[in-house]
Parts: sequence; C-alpha cells; structure tokens
Amino acid sequence: MSSTTNQPTHHTSTIGAIGAPSRRNTELAMLVFAVVIPVFAYANVGLAIDDQVPAGLLSYGLGLGLLAGVAHLVVRKFAPYADPLLLPLATLLNGLGLVAIWRLDQSKLLQSIGVAGGKATNQLIYTALGIALFAVVLVFLKDHRVLQRYTYISMVGALVLLLLPLVPGLGANITYGAKIWIQVGSFTIQPGEFAKIVLAIFFAGYLMVKRDALALASRRFMGLYLPRGRDLGPIIVVWMISILILVFETDLGTSLLFFGMFVIMLYVATERTSWIVFGLLMSAAGAVGVASFEPHVQTRVQAWLDPMREYTLSRNGSSDGIVHSEQAMQALWAFGSGGTLGTGWGQGHSELIRFAANSDFILATFGEELGLAGIMAILLIYGLVVERGVRTALAARDPFGKLLAVGLSGAFALQVFVVAGGVMGLIPLTGMTMPFLAYGGSSVIANWALIGILIRISDTARRPAPAPAGNPDAEMTQVVRPS
Amino acid sequence: MSELTLTVMRLGFLAVLWLFVIVAVQVIRSDLFGTRVTQRGSRREAGRQQQPARQQAAPPPQRQQAGGRQRRNAPSKLVVSEGILTGTTVALQGQTITLGRAHDSTIVLDDDYASSRHARIYPDRDGQWIVEDLGSTNGTYLDRSRLTTPTPIPLGAPIRIGKTVIELRK
Repeated sequence: MSSTTNQPTHHTSTIGAIGAPSRRNTELAMLVFAVVIPVFAYANVGLAIDDQVPAGLLSYGLGLGLLAGVAHLVVRKFAPYADPLLLPLATLLNGLGLVAIWRLDQSKLLQSIGVAGGKATNQLIYTALGIALFAVVLVFLKDHRVLQRYTYISMVGALVLLLLPLVPGLGANITYGAKIWIQVGSFTIQPGEFAKIVLAIFFAGYLMVKRDALALASRRFMGLYLPRGRDLGPIIVVWMISILILVFETDLGTSLLFFGMFVIMLYVATERTSWIVFGLLMSAAGAVGVASFEPHVQTRVQAWLDPMREYTLSRNGSSDGIVHSEQAMQALWAFGSGGTLGTGWGQGHSELIRFAANSDFILATFGEELGLAGIMAILLIYGLVVERGVRTALAARDPFGKLLAVGLSGAFALQVFVVAGGVMGLIPLTGMTMPFLAYGGSSVIANWALIGILIRISDTARRPAPAPAGNPDAEMTQVVRPS
Repeated sequence: MSELTLTVMRLGFLAVLWLFVIVAVQVIRSDLFGTRVTQRGSRREAGRQQQPARQQAAPPPQRQQAGGRQRRNAPSKLVVSEGILTGTTVALQGQTITLGRAHDSTIVLDDDYASSRHARIYPDRDGQWIVEDLGSTNGTYLDRSRLTTPTPIPLGAPIRIGKTVIELRK
C-alpha cells in the first residue's frame, strides 16, 4: 500500500526512510473502503425496508465513487504529500450521512410532514458542490500562508456573514427558533457555517502577531497568569460578539462554537491555562445571563433538564403559549431502543422525531439503527479527523499554519461535541448540524472547504525538506564578535 | 428478507465499520513509527542485500540544483535548507524579502544569532537577486565570506544567518 522506497530489506539491519514520501496509494485504498461501506449500508437499508436491493444502488455508488475519485485525483495532483486519512474519513462520514438521509426519505411519516422525500438526491448534489469547492481550495490556494494577508479582511467578512441573517428581507422567514438562515432565491443558506472558517483565519493571523504580548505581559496571581487589561480587549470583543449572536439570533450553538474556538486558539498561541479558566467562566456567565431572559433559550434549557415534561406538554397541549417539542425525548428513546448493537439499518423508528430528523437529529437514527457500537465508531471517526488536524498543526512549520490547523480542527471538534451532546441530552440542544452526516447544503459545502484547507496545510507540513547543499563552517557565523 | 440475513448484515456492517476505524488507526501508526528497523540476518545474505540498502541510504539526487546551474540565472524560489525553518520555501515574484527576528519579516528567524532586522534579499533592475546585510550583529555569510556590501547571489549558493541557511533555487 505504501509506495516506492520502503521495500523491506530483510536480513540487514538498516533504518529505512521515514515513511513513504507520499501516502497517496494508502489514501486511495482507504477511499475505496470508505465508498464500499456506505454502498453496503445502502443495500442493507433496501433489503430491510423493501426486501430488495434498491434500484438506485448502482447510480448512488457510482456517484459517491466518482466524487471521491475526483477528490483523490485533485489531491494527488495538487497536494501530493497531504495526510492520507483526512479525505477517506470525510468521504465515509458523508457517505453514511447520505445513506441515513435516504433511509429517512423512505419513511411515510416524514414524507407526510414534508421533512423527507428526495432529500438524498439533494444531499448528493450538495456533496458534489462541496467536493468542487474542496478542489477549488486545493487548486487555487497554493500556499496557506497567503491567507495570512487577509487577516483583517477575514474579520470583517466573518462579521458580515454572521450578521447577514439579521438583515431585514435577507434573513429567511423560516423561524425554527434560531435566526441563522438567509434566503437567496429559492435557497436558504446558513452563513454561520462559512463564518467558522473565515473567523479561524482571522484568529490565526491575529494571534500569530499578538501572542507574545498576550503570553508574556502578565502578572502572577494565585497560581494563574493574569493578562494585562489592554490585552484582554480582543477576548472581550469576541465574547461580546458571541453573546450578541446568542441574543439576536438565539443561536446557542454558533455562539459557543466561536467563543470556544477563540479560547482554544488563544490557549495554543500563549500556553497560558488562565485563558481557558477565563474562557470557561465568561462563557458560563454569558450563557446563564442570556438564558435568564431569552425565552427561546429557556425552552431549550427546560427541554434539557426535563425532556419528559416537555414531551407530555407537547402531547397534551399546554396553555402557556410556548411551543413545546417532543424531539429531545424521542431522540433519547431512539438511543435507548438501539441498545448496544442497534436494530439494524432501516429497522428503527427514528422518524418519530419528526421535524429535523434528518438534520439536527440524524445522530439519533445512527444511535437507534447501529447502536452504541456504531455510534462509538462514528465518534471515533470524527475523533480521527480532529486528530489528523491537530497532527497537521504539530507538523506545520509556520506559526500561522499551526494556529489555523488547530483552530479549524478545534471548531470541527466543538461542533461535533455541541451537536452530539445536545442530541444525547448532555447539554441543552442547539440548532447546529453534525458535520458531513446531517442534511444541509451549507454545512456539507463548508466542511469540505475546511477539509481542503487542512489538506493544504498538511501537504506543506509533510513535504520532505529539500536536501541541504554544502554548508560553510557553522561556528564561524555563530560567534558574537566585539565590534 | 429473513430475520437471520438481516441480523448477519447488521452485525456485518458494524464489523466492517470497526474494521475501517482499525485500518485507519494502523495508517496513523505507520505514520508515527515511520522508521523501519529490520533484523540483521546471516552474513552471506547481508552481503547480497547490500545494494538495495545502500540505494536507500543514498540522499535523493538534487535534480533542481544540478539542472539550474547550467541554465540562465532565473531563480524562482528561496528555500530554507538548514535551521528550524528547514523546508520553508518562498516564491520569488520581484518582492523584497526581509529576514530577521521581527514579526513583520518575510521569513521570521527564531534564532539567537539573528538580529531583528538582519538582512534583505531583493532584485535589482536587471532581475539579479541581491542580498544585503542590514547591520546585523553576527553578520550574513554568502558561502564563507561575510557580507559587507550588497552582493549578487549565485544560484544555489548558501546564505548563512546564524543557524539558518537559505539558498535560491530554480
């Protein structure tokens, strides 16, 4: 699988070259594996529901395989030394998401309320757009350090993207609680998903320049390094912005994601534990403060603390005028009835979650039909994506690339945590999508771009160093001469 | 579809999913333990295997440099060949490249022997690349000589600043 130089030389005690220079063949093998698994799942769903192999199996498998093949060829051509795992992992998650969406499309109940039906085809188109953006990133972004030039433009861009849903006329009128969509023609876009990437670029560029001031100019107090007041400025600003998002867009998830990403990057840039303590205190204070007066957030917290009560209120009707939802309880029941090994593809009843069963709550479908064993595997796959991102950051030679890779993988990890935690009842539910698995164009496209940037950074980081030329005496240049 | 078939498929799918995870971890493992130490065999066999081992140990040919020196002087990139930043390349597009410990340098040298504004590399009117020492404490060296005046850089000649060596390549 690993190509060229590393042929084992038996019977001699030699130390081979470190790895194979490029792991593209490994990537190809993993990619084939990552396409075969969803095809297997697809056939399984068809056999379980209709007693026959679904008619679309060939076109679906070819579609996914073609997209993966194109992505692989682009990586082979434009990022030959990139990490071999990022692309297969993302492809597998995307493929499994497609299967789950198609499986929910078959549900009569979801079709009758307009949540499902033909969504898998849409998702395949979104995936194609995502892969196209992935290719564009790799082809046109020759060097990730170019992004550093756009530090402050990125800041403005991210703020604009975040504020777009609040613009009257542009913000979509589909109020599922949170105002995070914009309407362009007949499409709805979630700009927050793209803002995530743009904001990571800003943080990386900003922290690279300011990290010394943030790390060194501090006073020690009770074992913690307290930063100076003026250095606190940016973190206060970011905190304010995330609180404002929370208040005006009532989107707990995005707010948590941005603030968390900033704190992670701040910690990585400065190596000061105090920033994490501050970050946790500030986000806790902010969340509690907003929850005390924002009714939408309060309902979510209520549903988190006592899902059964919400379920009863939703079933029997309540007189308090607040919309209650049985989703949270249904999701918990879905996980429960899945048990350890699950009911098998197509044999669960996760359609009872009704609304958002194929987007925010798609993890519940996996929980019911694949069980604890399947959910653990999926969370591990997410974990591996994050691990490869952090590994890329460790290997990157330039501070900007390090911070950007940490920021992007941190944002990815936080998003998985916020969604999975919300669906499983660990934290209050927020309106975010599981990266790659959930139905939704913006999410899939933005996450493919994120993977594209990570692959670009890892290509730069893993590229073998050019062989040194004949070097002049080292000592000569390293002596301070009295002048 | 019979209950048995579906059960087999259900467990089979989980097995395949976990197999993928395990194979992925194996790929990471081979990435981490990239050096392969093979056991020494009998002397006769070792002799037979000498050749591939030697091939492996030989450094890769410096194709770019060998070809570049023959042709006209038109370097396209600057390569850091030694020091912490080893492997970093900067494309040469007619812009001035500054080197030093200052944050706004094109190449930020994290090196105790470098000054904050150590040296700069710029093209003159004819497109010839020139290196100039900016009054650094420890000096900038082209090959073995310390720079006193702005000097044209031959292709592939090492420029040494502290522990860092950079050179121009085709």
